[in-house]
Amino acid sequence: MEWLAMERWSPYIVGVGIGVLSWLTFLLSDKPIGCSTAFARTSGMIERLFRGSKVMDKPYYQQFTPTVDWEWMLVLGIVIGAFISSILSGVFRISWIPSLWAETFGTALTPRFIVALVGGIFMGIGSRWAGGCTSGHGISGALQLTVSSWLAAVSFFIGGIVTAMLIFRVFAGWGG
Amino acid sequence: MLKNLHNKKELQLVLGLLTGILFGTLLQKGGATDYNVILGQLLLKDWTVVKIMLSAVITGMIGVHFLKSIGLAELHPKPGSVGQSIIGGLIFGVGFATLGYCPGTIAGAVGQGYMDAAVGGVVGILIGAGILATLYPKLQASIMKMGNFGDITFPKLLRVNHWAVVIPFAAGLIVLLIWMERAGL
Repeated sequence: MEWLAMERWSPYIVGVGIGVLSWLTFLLSDKPIGCSTAFARTSGMIERLFRGSKVMDKPYYQQFTPTVDWEWMLVLGIVIGAFISSILSGVFRISWIPSLWAETFGTALTPRFIVALVGGIFMGIGSRWAGGCTSGHGISGALQLTVSSWLAAVSFFIGGIVTAMLIFRVFAGWGG
Repeated sequence: MLKNLHNKKELQLVLGLLTGILFGTLLQKGGATDYNVILGQLLLKDWTVVKIMLSAVITGMIGVHFLKSIGLAELHPKPGSVGQSIIGGLIFGVGFATLGYCPGTIAGAVGQGYMDAAVGGVVGILIGAGILATLYPKLQASIMKMGNFGDITFPKLLRVNHWAVVIPFAAGLIVLLIWMERAGL
């Protein structure tokens, strides 16, 4: 079981593993792997805490009901899996600022947290606007040869590369 | 198709959880739950994320289409349009680079102890998804209708058997990965 204690696996081993996992989800659960609807459902569950059953007036929540489903459990499982995996390799630790961010923008908490929050808002809107995320479109949709998924996945990376270059090459330069 | 198994609701929730645990382990071991690795990819310095995704797509594509051929799986292609897939995709991209995680990898980042993911990112995604849910009827009647092409797949678009697309796609992606390794990416 030494391999479970390894810090990193080859990206090809990981990729093939995810591919095989997707065979199993199609076979056993009739589902492609995806993650973003779980966030939409959770958002609906939180809204229901405040607005009660009125939440169901929104057509979006009639389509994606605020309930715990297979995909919601999958996202919960990711948290557990990554926790176990990082404990086994000894890399688990509570950390506040990613090192690349710290090197460029310093170690103050507020800027990183505001940027992460704003980034999260874009991601929440964009993933549900496009109807999927890096796993739902980028892996599961792409492997089904879906036209919408290839277009979305390419757009994820174009938008991501341009924004990353702006943040780290242009914006970071202004600060000195 | 294993219809009986698919209809067992509680068992499916357990299978979802088990799938997630395996997926989370793979993402974490691959480095994809790390902000530095994701930003490294978007800054075109570290090609780990693309290598993981393409090898998952190649493997998954061959196996899932084989399961379909022998009647053990059905495809679930998502519908899309220019306004939905491209505009939504670009908004996603802005979030991808700003947040440094995506909806799946952020769950792994939380599990690994990254607090910017847990406190800033997850809250942001939930707010964003809520905003989209509110705007949805208006968007659906306008921007999302632009250039609608439905849930079409490349084999359907080209009107060929799926293997006529799977084999060249898989071969092309393998060649691309080999080229990337040779180029030192």
